[in-house]
Amino acid sequence: MEISLLAGSSPHIRSGESTQKIMRDVIIALLPAAVCSVIYFKVQAAMLILVTVTSCVAAEYAWCKITKKENTIADLSAAVTGLLLAFNLPPSLPLWMAAIGGVFAIIIVKQLFGGLGQNFVNPALAARAFMVASWPGQMTSWQAPGWDAVSTATPLEIMKKGSEAAGELPKFWDMFVGNIGGCIGETSALALLIGAVYLVARNVITLELPLAFIGTVGFMTWMLGGSEGLFTGNFVYHVFAGGLILGAFFMATDYTTSPVTFRGRIIMGIGCGFLTSIIRLYGGYPEGVSYSILLMNLVVPLIDRYMIPRSFGGGVAKK
Amino acid sequence: MTTTIKRIRGGINPGHHKETAELETVRMPLPSRVIIPMLQHLGALCVPLVKKGDRVLVGQKIGDSDKPVSAPVHSSVSGNVTDVRPLIYSNGMEVTVVEIKPDGLQELHESVVPPSCADRESMLKAIRESGIVGLGGAGFPTSIKLSPPPGKMIDTVIINGAECEPFITSDYREMMENPQYVIEGTKKVMEITGAGKALIGIEDNKPDAIELLSSLVSDQDGIEVVSLPVRYPQGGEKQLIYALTGRKVPTGGLPMDVGVLVQNVATVSFIAQYFKTGLPLIRKKVTVDGSAVANPKNVEVLIGTPLKEVFEFCGGFCDEPRKIIMGGPMMGVAQHSLDDPVLKQTNALLAFGESDAEQPKESVCIRCGKCVAACPMSLLPLYINLNVVRGNFEGIEKYHVSDCIECGCCSYVCPASRNLVQSVRIAKAELRKAAARKQGGGN
Repeated sequence: MEISLLAGSSPHIRSGESTQKIMRDVIIALLPAAVCSVIYFKVQAAMLILVTVTSCVAAEYAWCKITKKENTIADLSAAVTGLLLAFNLPPSLPLWMAAIGGVFAIIIVKQLFGGLGQNFVNPALAARAFMVASWPGQMTSWQAPGWDAVSTATPLEIMKKGSEAAGELPKFWDMFVGNIGGCIGETSALALLIGAVYLVARNVITLELPLAFIGTVGFMTWMLGGSEGLFTGNFVYHVFAGGLILGAFFMATDYTTSPVTFRGRIIMGIGCGFLTSIIRLYGGYPEGVSYSILLMNLVVPLIDRYMIPRSFGGGVAKK
Repeated sequence: MTTTIKRIRGGINPGHHKETAELETVRMPLPSRVIIPMLQHLGALCVPLVKKGDRVLVGQKIGDSDKPVSAPVHSSVSGNVTDVRPLIYSNGMEVTVVEIKPDGLQELHESVVPPSCADRESMLKAIRESGIVGLGGAGFPTSIKLSPPPGKMIDTVIINGAECEPFITSDYREMMENPQYVIEGTKKVMEITGAGKALIGIEDNKPDAIELLSSLVSDQDGIEVVSLPVRYPQGGEKQLIYALTGRKVPTGGLPMDVGVLVQNVATVSFIAQYFKTGLPLIRKKVTVDGSAVANPKNVEVLIGTPLKEVFEFCGGFCDEPRKIIMGGPMMGVAQHSLDDPVLKQTNALLAFGESDAEQPKESVCIRCGKCVAACPMSLLPLYINLNVVRGNFEGIEKYHVSDCIECGCCSYVCPASRNLVQSVRIAKAELRKAAARKQGGGN
């Protein structure tokens, strides 16, 4: 019998894990928050999600066609970027702006730097920053949940103005489930946490980075955020209002733009938390999550380069 | 005494696939020919002591070397030497082989008598003459391992019964079928090294072996059987030492640097049998399994038996084999020819059909860090890969390339199916080349 044998390096078995499966898990984890966004912000939220996902996937498809590269939309990473971008947009945003944001995220931020795994900042967040610079008014006009599109302020804006004493702050429960003003995907902490539990259970993300991020924001806003001295800040609202839960679990943990080591991820989490708190408490913006992540993205190559772990047995003296 | 077990870093759970565990070892009949390589160990190549046309007997030494790090090889059959020729191993190395046609008589050579040993020196000499090498896979000559340089004290002997690779059950069968030899051999190794304590580490998916061996040892022996959690690569030498003693073998160092000596269960069992019979290492327990094998078995095979005949003994192939692996699926070597022989270190032969043999296509690294989390040596496989792919070997040592044990966990978990272990091997080879250039060129 003539047989032809395959050579090849060990290991000869693989786990069957794939990029596509991981991205699919991220999409599944984002679904509860997507459903909440539609519940609170109705058709506008659904349309924003549809438009950004479509523009991201279409941009990726067009890029691959034009540059004659292998079509990569099946890895689902463009769809994830679209979904995350939609989550970071206000409900009243004109859809054409959302579409441009999607194209910017994929072409300018991701593909021009080499595509999946090569971009140095998070595509969805960089696109959001670009949109805030381009359309500052539309990107920061908020409306209350419901059909009526009543304009409102986000809890963080209320706190920034220092008018929480006037009783304008929403109740904790409303804030926790997402019945408040804000970006469509960030308001429901509950839905996002359900998704986060799924990601951890599926071993897609690990907890060190998000916990370091949230813990730092909680501690710093508690310590420095109060008007009546140290340790009087309203850290509960700082943690659950705004984009912290979304940013910490779904954006800062983006593989390509976060460190690969445990210690590196802790540093990135603390750095993000520190910058977020500084921006929120002392900066001009009420929210600082996306800028803090973008800034820390830039430090990731340095963290990975200078924090090579000691190997097992390294640094142990011979007897 | 009870040993507290330390959890190893990283690792994976690739599934056991130990379906052959309860299949008692069967002895394979004489093959039509045996091909005995002059190198079946780490170290110097042996010189053939026989030539074409010579008649040889079972247990006769047919190759030896005067270099210190070496182990002699013996004929596994009685018969006539039909050829002495070069052969290229599947790892690319060229070796000399002695090919023998058995005469079916299996006549024993006169040298096969139980060694009489009065002292440690003579025991070590006998162990060298037996041809034994580390049967866990590496094949380091056992006599060298058992004689550490002066000043290195061994206080603990570790017997490796972890058998953490999927599919392989030959060590398990050895523990079940020859438990008394495993214990006796352990005592022999303790005696030779002067160690007061021995720990037999077995993964807890083999409760019968743990129970059986535990029933044969007592506290006075200084031997303890320790149940280890199932986690690949629990049986890696450095991992096993850490799990059982909490000691870390230093980078570039050996177990003896932390007072430990590790032996495989099959190795110590052979040592005990050799002191009883004087029969050198001429046969081996081998697990034959994989999706393409008709009747998976545990087989006792004469060393030098062509792989083809071993598979034929196991009912041949039920599916067209596309990959033949010597060893386990995580660290074994893919074979390029079924005419190659079974070696001293061969503990498994696996044959896989098309669907199990194809490797998934590589895609781009998404920097998920799963390889980093899985690495038992705390390395960053993705960065080694990145640099190797770019041909950037300058400064690659900073990623501790030489510490890699090539266990395969990183490649196994990689969602982009990147060939991480392969790139580490390339990096190691480049580092060796660079070191040679430095030595040779003087700059």
